[in-house]
Amino acid sequence: MELAEREKEFQEKIDKGQKIEAKEWMPENYRKQLKRMISQHAHSEIVGMLPEGNWITRAPSLRRKAVLLAKVQDEAGHGLYLYSAAETLGIDRQTMIEQLITGKAKYSSIFNYPTLTWADIGAIGWLVDGAAIVNQTMLARGSYGPYSRAMVRICKEESFHNRQGYEIIYELANGTPAQKKMAQDSLNRWWGPSMQMLGPSDADSKNTAETMKWKIKVESNDTVRQRFIDRTVPQAIAAGLTIPDPDLKFNEETQHWEIGEIDWEEFYQVIKGYGPCNHKRLKARQDAEAEGAWVREAAAAHAEKKRNKNAHQAA
Amino acid sequence: MTDNKTSDQGILWEVFIQSKPGIPHKHAGSLHAHDAEMALKNARDVYTRRKEGISLWVVPANAITASTEADADSFFDPADDKVYRHPTFYTVPEGVKYL
Repeated sequence: MELAEREKEFQEKIDKGQKIEAKEWMPENYRKQLKRMISQHAHSEIVGMLPEGNWITRAPSLRRKAVLLAKVQDEAGHGLYLYSAAETLGIDRQTMIEQLITGKAKYSSIFNYPTLTWADIGAIGWLVDGAAIVNQTMLARGSYGPYSRAMVRICKEESFHNRQGYEIIYELANGTPAQKKMAQDSLNRWWGPSMQMLGPSDADSKNTAETMKWKIKVESNDTVRQRFIDRTVPQAIAAGLTIPDPDLKFNEETQHWEIGEIDWEEFYQVIKGYGPCNHKRLKARQDAEAEGAWVREAAAAHAEKKRNKNAHQAA
Repeated sequence: MTDNKTSDQGILWEVFIQSKPGIPHKHAGSLHAHDAEMALKNARDVYTRRKEGISLWVVPANAITASTEADADSFFDPADDKVYRHPTFYTVPEGVKYL
């Protein structure tokens, strides 16, 4: 079959809403876009454990500690589902890990910010996971079967993350004046990066046209961001907190919350490696890879020994 | 499923979960492990953190033989023209029950 003909057939499948599976023919660029997106997504889950891991030993109660541990464990699981989904496209996990620790691969810009106070754990669950859920619910409707299935699974698990975060923030916001101040300060620092994390505006997103044509994404960054804003602003109001945006207003006509200018300069700086924690995050992953090497070696040696023993017994 | 080369990451395993007694195991995803025992434990931690299952199967990915999409039409063709395999093919006289 001619390439053009195959591409046409592929596009027809997509337009009909059919899911594409790993072994089916797909345009090279479809594969490339997905490898890029899924591996970045997997890296984000893994690196995303770091800012939260920072507070596990200092969680204010046993309940909070158990919850945070379970949440961080979920993020590790999400990373693993996603690495598996990416592997179906013909890239192995070792290659992806190397891309991450050599700084070649990207991950979500938001994990390059520090968690300075306990309220930041609330803000991450509420805002970062809140934004992620809106994005991932959209991605779950995407055309690539393995990615879409991983998203369905992840979304189910994320809703607890979102709620536990809001619970932390709400409790602080309705606590002592010092606690309320802490919650507000945290919202002030995380709001901007949360707006940025859903990606460049449609006009500036170089990948959007292609990923939408192929239904890898079924909605644009701006649409997803608007949904997140509309959900989150009333939650802030309910907690008695102020969104740090003087231009924020409700448009009665469109029934949407409108925000001011997003700081894209900051977004691109962080992506280029100049965020407050880029270096620290990368180093943590490099150390984990190096310090975990003996575990992988031991597991391989143990498996080898068992294989030999079984072969010996069989003989 | 990628090829099953042994690396630092172990080999690839496919995971199947039975969610309740009496229903079949269903494919849930895949994972890396060096041996079957490790694969089972990893499968428990990665795929059943919320009581998703009561039984797990792990199968080395390279032990699975799959039909290919390219041949699907001809491969499944024999099922196409045998409508008499379905009960709706047959006429039932009026008034006759339990057929």
